[in-house]
Parts: sequence; C-alpha cells; structure tokens
Amino acid sequence: MMHDLPETPAPAPGHFNLLGRVLHWAMAIGIMAMLFIGVGMMSSLSLRPWLIDLHQPLGIAILVLALLRLANRLLRAVPPLPASVPRWQAAAAHASHWLLYLMMIALPLLGWAVRSAGNWPVILMDGWMLPAIVPENPVLYAWLRLAHGIGAWLLFALLLGHIGAALVHAWIFRDGVFSSMARGSRTRVSRLPDN
Amino acid sequence: MQARKFKTIWFPLAAIAVIVGGLALLFAWAAGLLGDRTTTRTFLGNTLQEFEPGYRRAHGKGVCFTGVFHSSGAASSLSKARVFSQQDIPAIGRFSIGSGDPHAADTSTSTVSMALLLTADDQSQWRMKLNNAPYFPTRDAEGFLAQRSAFEPDPATGQPDPARVAAFFEKYPEARKAVEYKATAPWPRSFAGAQYNVINAFVLLAADGKRQAVRWSMRPHATLPGLSAEERAKAGHDFLFEDIKQRSANGSLYWDLVLQLAEAGDPVDDPSQPWPPERQQVVAGTLEVTSVRDQAEGGCRDINFDPTLVPSGIELSKDPVLAARAGIYSHSYNARLREIGFGKATQAIGKKDGE
Ligand code: HEM
Ligand code: HEM
Ligand code: HEM
Repeated sequence: MMHDLPETPAPAPGHFNLLGRVLHWAMAIGIMAMLFIGVGMMSSLSLRPWLIDLHQPLGIAILVLALLRLANRLLRAVPPLPASVPRWQAAAAHASHWLLYLMMIALPLLGWAVRSAGNWPVILMDGWMLPAIVPENPVLYAWLRLAHGIGAWLLFALLLGHIGAALVHAWIFRDGVFSSMARGSRTRVSRLPDN
Repeated sequence: MQARKFKTIWFPLAAIAVIVGGLALLFAWAAGLLGDRTTTRTFLGNTLQEFEPGYRRAHGKGVCFTGVFHSSGAASSLSKARVFSQQDIPAIGRFSIGSGDPHAADTSTSTVSMALLLTADDQSQWRMKLNNAPYFPTRDAEGFLAQRSAFEPDPATGQPDPARVAAFFEKYPEARKAVEYKATAPWPRSFAGAQYNVINAFVLLAADGKRQAVRWSMRPHATLPGLSAEERAKAGHDFLFEDIKQRSANGSLYWDLVLQLAEAGDPVDDPSQPWPPERQQVVAGTLEVTSVRDQAEGGCRDINFDPTLVPSGIELSKDPVLAARAGIYSHSYNARLREIGFGKATQAIGKKDGE
C-alpha cells in the first residue's frame, strides 16, 4: 500500500514556482526599462522631467518586489541545473544570479540615497514622498551618485551575459533551463528537455 | 550534416549575438554615446571635464542668501501648493551674474540672476532660477547652441561672421528682439533693484482641478536707475557683490512674487514670446532676503536650483527649453559636486591657494 513505501525526499521541482516566474518576467521588463529610463533622462532634451518622475517610483517598486522575490527564492525549492551543465558554468550561473539579487536591492537603495544626500525629495506620486535615508552631504552625494551610475552600467553588462546565456540554453542546448523559467510544470517530474 | 549544424548552432548563435549586440547598441544610443544627436551634454561641451573645480558651469560667480517668503494667500485659490497658503516659508537662494567665468568682472555681462529654494512645512520643495532678461532668445533649446555658434567671433576678423548671423536669424527670426533688447537694456546697478523673471511657463493646479498657465517675476521693492556707460567704465571688478553685502547688512531686501496669468491663445510653451503686459497679475507673496553670505559657505553652493522641481499644485508647461534645462543643470551639478566630493575643489569651497 502507498503509505507502506519508505519515505523518499520530495522530488526537486522542474520549474521555478509561479510567483518566482511572474516576478522574474515582470521585473525583467521593469529593470530593463529602468536602465533605459536612467540613461535616457541623463541625455534627453525633452523627456527628462517625465522620465525622472517615472524612475523613482518604478525603482522603489523594484526594491519592494526584489525583497519579496528574495524571500520566495530562499524559502522555496528551485530546480537544479541539468547534469549536462559543466560545473564551472553552474558556478557562474549561481554567482551571477546572486549578484543580480544584490544589484536589484542595492541599486534602488543607492538611488534613494543619492536623492537624500542631495536634499532632493523622492516623490512617489503627486504629494507622496519618502523620507531621506542618509544625511544631506556633498561628499556622500558625489560617491553615491558615482556608485549608482557605475552600478547601473555593471547591471546592464551582467544582464547582457544573462540574456545571452539564457538564449543559448533555449536555442542551442535545449536542456530545459529556459523552460524552467518560462513555463510551469503540469507534472511534478524533473526537467524535461525543451521540445 | 553541415546544414544541420547551421540550423542548430550557427544560426541561433548569430541570432543571439544580434539580440545581445543590438541591446548594447541601443543602450549606448539612449545614453547619447552613439550617433551625433544633440543631448543635454552637448550644451556643456568640454566644461564637464575642464573647468575650475567645484564651480557652476555658468553663472559661477554668485553669493548665497537666506530669507523668508511671506505668502499673501492671494494665489491659494489658483494652486493647492502649500507655498501659497503657509504664511512664512524659509528660503535659501543665490544671486549670480550670467558670465561663464566664475571670476568674471561684474561689468562683463548685463545678466543678473536669482535662484531660490522654498521648503514648505509639508516638506514640498519649490526650486527656481530667474533671470533679469524678460524672455529667452529662441523658441527651443537647440536655438541656444545655434546662437552661440553663429555669434562665435571669426578668428580672422575677431567679429562674428555676418553670413552665419544672418543664417541664424533666418532660422530663428524670433531671436532678433532678444538681441536688440540686450543691446539697449539698462545695466543693473545692484542685485537689489533688478526684476528677476522665470521666463518659462508653468501650470497652476487648483484644489478644484482648475488649471491656469502662469509665468512669474520677482519684482523688487527697491527702484534703482540703470548704470550709465560712464559709471560702468568706473565700476569695480566686484561692485555688484560688494553692493549687495552692504545693502543687506543695513536691513532686509524685498521682492514681490508676481504671477502673470495667461489667457487662451497666449504662447504658453514658447519662452521667446512674452505675454501681453495687460494680462492679470496676482501678487502671491513677498520674498524677504535677510542675510547674504559668500557662496563657499552660505549653504547655496551645493544646491541645484532645478526649475523642474516644483511642488504638487504646480506643473511644468510643455516649454521645450524648460525640459532641456533639467538635464543640462544636472550635469553641471554632478560635475561640481564630484569635484567637491573628491577633494579637487579649492577656491570654490573657500580654500585659499596653497592651503
Ligand atoms: C532584465 C532583468 C533580469 C533579471 C534581473 C533577471 C534575474 C534572474 C535571476 C536572479 C535568476 C535566478 C532565478 C531567480 O531566483 O529568480 C534568473 C533566472 C533566469 N533568467 Fe533571468 N533575469 C532578467 C532577464 C531575463 C531575460 C530577458 C531572460 C530571457 C531571455 C531571462 C532568462 C532566465 C532564465 C532562463 C532563468 C533560469 C535559470 C536557471 O534555471 O537557473 N532572464 N534571472
Ligand atoms: C532597479 C533600479 C534602478 C536602476 C536600474 C537605475 C538606473 C539608473 C541609471 C542607468 C541612471 C543613469 C546613470 C548615469 O547615466 O550616470 C540612473 C540615475 C539616477 N537614478 Fe536610478 N536606477 C534605479 C533606481 C533608482 C531609485 C529607486 C532612485 C531614487 C529613488 C534612483 C534615482 C536616480 C537618480 C537621482 C539618478 C541621477 C539623476 C541625475 O544625476 O540627474 N534610481 N539610474
Ligand atoms: C538652453 C539654455 C540654457 C543653458 C544651456 C543654461 C546653462 C546653465 C548652467 C550650466 C548653469 C549652472 C547650473 C548649476 O551648476 O547649478 C546655469 C545656471 C543658471 N541658469 Fe541657465 N541655462 C539655460 C537657460 C536658462 C534660462 C532660460 C534661464 C532663465 C530663467 C536660466 C537661468 C539660470 C540661472 C538663474 C542660473 C544660476 C543658478 C544658481 O544660482 O544656482 N538659464 N545655466
């Protein structure tokens, strides 16, 4: 009978859970948009006021979602990479994913701190402001502003690598890595090869 | 075999390279690093890298002031912004001259300016930069670059090339009146007697949802005649700055904040077109300047008086020059704060040479 069988550990999931997937794709769009909004508001002659009004609430929303996503990631099982992935690639994947988490949290905090150090209000919506998180100070402003700018460019570079790798898995290796983020599992078996 | 390898490896690999490379190029373009479109950095040229550290890239010679804005309440029906109803609002600001060189003589330009930051008790901020000029020469920001290059002296003659000046006026006919105005406008005798104009339009938002396009001016209580040519020839290198320190030491100085209300059909989004003088005016309050201090220590040094930072109850118009200024100012501000923050600035932060 079923309950007479010896206990086996729950099989590893073949896919990221629904919350993880929804957050991944929603935030992928949001973060890509933020990067373009950021450099766009520093260069555009016409869009700057509109873009900076968008940059701050969207950035704070990403901070909140990133914390939720981190909790989901730490509390829920994630699919292992297939055995066909060489060890160095798996290590690179893990390191870059944690680096992405770090950036998703640190970058908005830095942006918020930049505004605070320059005594600028962080306006979320008409009349809705966040308090300052660091004191007003020109030295702090200079360093934080530099860190936010460099951090954003590093994040963009990291994402290019991330997207490239994801597409290599999807179109060349076809090893189920892409579908583990792209769709859910109907059955609780481990990863199936794409296609 | 070959064909299969092409289909399963080389073709997808090329597609991935195109996607990733395309994203990188798009990003570089958005940042203004690719292509030669005009960006906010174009306006600052090499001053972002090469400039006396810590100084504003324009209007660098200035002095800080503090004071109080006493609102009259008369504008509170036009805008729900707290600044129009709170009685006394702390103000910090700056007087400056329009020269690019932070050590220019006060007679080097007839442009004098006021910058102001009001912080109301709901923590909302209202920042503004005002000039004594009544309007901007051109209808857009690109016109500023066109004018600058058209009037660049020809190295052979030391004079602007008339053909290029004519071509500029052809493209920006509206600029004639600003150029003519500048040639005949009175030279300021004191910061205390100048009227400072916002030039770009904004929109006031009332509690009942009504919208009213406005421009405003700081109209001085002091009435002072302009400086004659002889007086100007004799005026000292820093006469405006010495004058304002002296005057403010003898008591407060006052300006009325005068709103000019647009009517239907007025050119709201064109900073080169003043509105008819008979438009209704509302005195929203009075700025009292109580003290003046050197900019190295007076608290205005590290502020970007970004005119696009307005409180809830005031909105930006679609004036293209207003939008362009936001990014331009940010680059100047970031550059000078970087120099101060990284210890490169000397005179700008009040260090004597050799200190
Ligand atoms: C633009 C912002 C993006 C960020 C910040 C981001 C971040 C991450 C992170 C942190 C993970 C680890 C899984 C997790 O904890 O959620 C992950 C996994 C993944 N991402 Fe992204 N991602 C982005 C965009 C993309 C895009 C555009 C693609 C597709 C082309 C993609 C494809 C994948 C795939 C396939 C995985 C699963 C990898 C695995 O199984 O380990 N991501 N992403
Ligand atoms: C995922 C989050 C974020 C991303 C990807 C991001 C990205 C960027 C980028 C690419 C730039 C332009 C950098 C440069 O060209 O030097 C920038 C500038 C900036 N960001 Fe963010 N940002 C984020 C969050 C935030 C948040 C939450 C705030 C504030 C609440 C913020 C405030 C700023 C400010 C003040 C600037 C500089 C504006 C200036 O110097 O005029 N950012 N950001
Ligand atoms: C496209 C045209 C313009 C350019 C390129 C330009 C450029 C600049 C720059 C680079 C600064 C230094 C900013 C800083 O470091 O904080 C400055 C300051 C200033 N500008 Fe403009 N500006 C333009 C139009 C205007 C207009 C239309 C006004 C009219 C009200 C104006 C009024 C001022 C004032 C008052 C200051 C001094 C601000 C202070 O004391 O902090 N500018 N300008």
